[in-house]
Amino acid sequence: MSDLICKNLNMTFTNPQTGLKIEALKDINFSLKKGELLSVLGPSGCGKTTLLNMIAGFLNPTAGSMSLGGNLIEGPSVERGMVFQQGALFEWLTVSKNVDFGLRMKKTPKAEAKKLVDKWLNIVGLQGFGDTPTYQLSGGMQQRVALARCLVNDPDVILMDEPLGALDALTREKMQSLILELWKETGKTILIITHSVEEALLLGERLFVMAPRPGRIHKEYNLPFAEEGLTKSLREIKHDPRFGDVREEILSMIWDMEEEIMGGA
Amino acid sequence: MLSWVSEERAFIAAIVIILLLCCFTISIFIGVKQTAFREKDEVFGDPERTLGGWYWTITGVSSVLLLWFYFSWGIGRAFFPEAGNEMCQIAKLETAIAPITATLPINSRYFKSTVLTRRNSEQLEILLSGMPTSVFNKVEQAELIEIIENSKAIIGIFSNQKNQSTESVASLKKISSDLRTLSAELRLGFDDLLPTKDALVQPNWGTTYIEIPLLPITPKGVLFDSISDQASIITKTFLKTRNKSNAGDSLIESTKKKISLLKATNKSSVFDEDTLIRRKAYVKAVERIFKRLDDGTIFPPQALDGLNDAVTDLFLAIDETKGGLKLIDTLFVPGAGVIKSRTQCTEQGSGRWLPKPTDVIAQFLKLANPNIEAGGGYKGSTLFWWKWLPIADLIGFIIPDTLIDLLPGDYGRHSDTGSFQPNYKDNLLALAQGDVYLGSIPMLDGHIWDSVFRVLVALILGIGLGVPLGIYMGVSRFFKSFFDPIIELYRPVPPLAWAPLILTIFGINDDGKIFLLFMVAFAIMVISARTGASGTQLSKIRASHSLGASNHQILRYVILPNALPEILTGIRISIGVCWGTLVAAEMLAGTTGIGFIENVARVVSNYELIWVTILIMGLLGLAFDIMMRRIINKTIPWRGKG
Repeated sequence: MSDLICKNLNMTFTNPQTGLKIEALKDINFSLKKGELLSVLGPSGCGKTTLLNMIAGFLNPTAGSMSLGGNLIEGPSVERGMVFQQGALFEWLTVSKNVDFGLRMKKTPKAEAKKLVDKWLNIVGLQGFGDTPTYQLSGGMQQRVALARCLVNDPDVILMDEPLGALDALTREKMQSLILELWKETGKTILIITHSVEEALLLGERLFVMAPRPGRIHKEYNLPFAEEGLTKSLREIKHDPRFGDVREEILSMIWDMEEEIMGGA
Repeated sequence: MLSWVSEERAFIAAIVIILLLCCFTISIFIGVKQTAFREKDEVFGDPERTLGGWYWTITGVSSVLLLWFYFSWGIGRAFFPEAGNEMCQIAKLETAIAPITATLPINSRYFKSTVLTRRNSEQLEILLSGMPTSVFNKVEQAELIEIIENSKAIIGIFSNQKNQSTESVASLKKISSDLRTLSAELRLGFDDLLPTKDALVQPNWGTTYIEIPLLPITPKGVLFDSISDQASIITKTFLKTRNKSNAGDSLIESTKKKISLLKATNKSSVFDEDTLIRRKAYVKAVERIFKRLDDGTIFPPQALDGLNDAVTDLFLAIDETKGGLKLIDTLFVPGAGVIKSRTQCTEQGSGRWLPKPTDVIAQFLKLANPNIEAGGGYKGSTLFWWKWLPIADLIGFIIPDTLIDLLPGDYGRHSDTGSFQPNYKDNLLALAQGDVYLGSIPMLDGHIWDSVFRVLVALILGIGLGVPLGIYMGVSRFFKSFFDPIIELYRPVPPLAWAPLILTIFGINDDGKIFLLFMVAFAIMVISARTGASGTQLSKIRASHSLGASNHQILRYVILPNALPEILTGIRISIGVCWGTLVAAEMLAGTTGIGFIENVARVVSNYELIWVTILIMGLLGLAFDIMMRRIINKTIPWRGKG
């Protein structure tokens, strides 16, 4: 099985001028089964983006190892698709050329590539926008393109770094539903980093709350809301008393962490 | 037809000026109305305002053209085509009596005699106080002091009214009365005078290399012309009139002897070299002033009163006879008026260095004529045309001869019979030297094309080498650090500072200029490509990695397009800087190009040609820039929106 396994991950940054060492991550251990939806939450500076960049292969851990489906992770790869906060689209290309990018790099035959692109544009709800330059799209549509561009490569894991952080509330809700739909339809393992507690609850089958200094997994939850979100409307779920309870619990947890940082400083 | 247009350019200019005035007035009227209309719905600082309005453009352009017409005397010539000729005749008269005027306080503050007396006395004082006593013995010093005192006395003798010769008094009286006769003749007017046939067939003002035709074409001109002839005879008499006086003769003779005695001592006696030089110099200085005194140009203070009155009256008469011309002169001929040289009359002031718009166009059309035999083009080359270019020349330009030297084998030798059979290497050499006929292709030709060609080739080389290097410098530590010092060191040097070196290394042909321009373009392209490449967002690179792109693919498909806006801006800047550098480089050396034309025009003071080249350069530079702006808007519509 193509599980994502992280063993004793440690990451220490050294300031080149002062020589000061900062423990960004300390002893991270977890494994993610295929098809699981994990959201990671935590106050700023807790190392969640560092964790994601390491899984993506952009950073090498100072100690520990990661593997996906038994293969060690040593660098970026198509197996682990990435969606950034600002889309990171290629503004000189049209929507379909952006989605097509990974396939062109692999030199996929044109006809086949076109079929795949059209299919994924349909799924993310961008049919008819293929020839539009990306700089003419709204923020939400740009994130749809980013999702399609990632999914067209058929990755095993999709890593999302605050993918909805820059969107307005309404678009955000629509995109949250879209992510849940994609999760169900494709059965991909998805790891979402977010700073919104509600979003973490809605988009997390599992949820890690991380704590800073050193960055570590503070608490893990197993939640039913993502599964429910496939059938029920998200707003309904938000009014569920269980949802409110967990939200309050996590919020106060994060508040405590923030206060600890402030007090310590 | 063309020659009619050329001959009647003053008339055409008149129509154009009237049209320009109409445009100017109407567009101001519309502009004011539009402004009043828009005041209600426009906020100050509204970006809409920067779009401007066509009416203000017309106002601006027509006012510039009108100012050009005005200061180049274009308006004067258009509406008063005969004024120049009349002013020329007056200039003749003024030139004729100029030697007389120069001795009188008419265009200056003092009588010339006063100026001479003062200057000579001052210089004698300086000589007296600065005598080098170390190189003259006591007796000689006394002699020298006497010579200087004698010179002062001679000035006094000439300045005394009593000593003035009767001949000179009579002569001055005669000259004064002759001049008064001329004034009277001028005041009589020009009613029954007619220009000669020869005068009437002269070319119009400014249509040939003779600016203003010399012969009078109006009755008024004929009058001034004939008066000027008489005036020059009177002037000749005046120049022969000298103030000789017997009273000074003995003094002059004795002083002369003293000077020649000193000179003789300098020759006969033995002095060391330094002493001799100083002795000779001092005696020479004393003698120079003495000689100036006895040529009779110093008159007693009251001797020229009569002449002064007569000349003043003549100028009054000129002014009276000028009539309406005086107004035209003041209003429509800004500058210093017309002066007469030996063969023609020329405009002075802005009329001289600022050619009339019509003349500039005529000059341009002459240059643009591709028929060199018929006087078109410039210095044996057209302005912008085409020619048949032998392909062999092109190949000879591209393949270096030394490449053939590297091939195996030797070049052929002559045989025992004295004949020569070329081998394969000889044949290839002939090809590389452009000696084999391979047919011809049509090719653009002419000064403008030569300039553009140099810029284009340099630009293509600069882009082709600069962009890849810049991109690598933007992504690689090695490339950045290795090449940075080299480029940053030569880049700030003004391109023209390299010019003398490059001319020495490459010679005056195209390759030197192209290399100079290449250096300019290369540095700009490297820096802009580097900025563009290093400015790629990290998230885009990371996204491409995750999408499975290799390093090479990222360079080609992400970093290069990402740097495109900077690269295109770099090209735009390069074109501008290259164009400026090229013209300066062409002014240093070469035989074709816009800069070459301007250089020749500068040497021969052909202001029309200078203005034509300035306008060509400006318009071409503008055309390049507009083209680049179009290309930038077309190719990188995402700029500033990513």
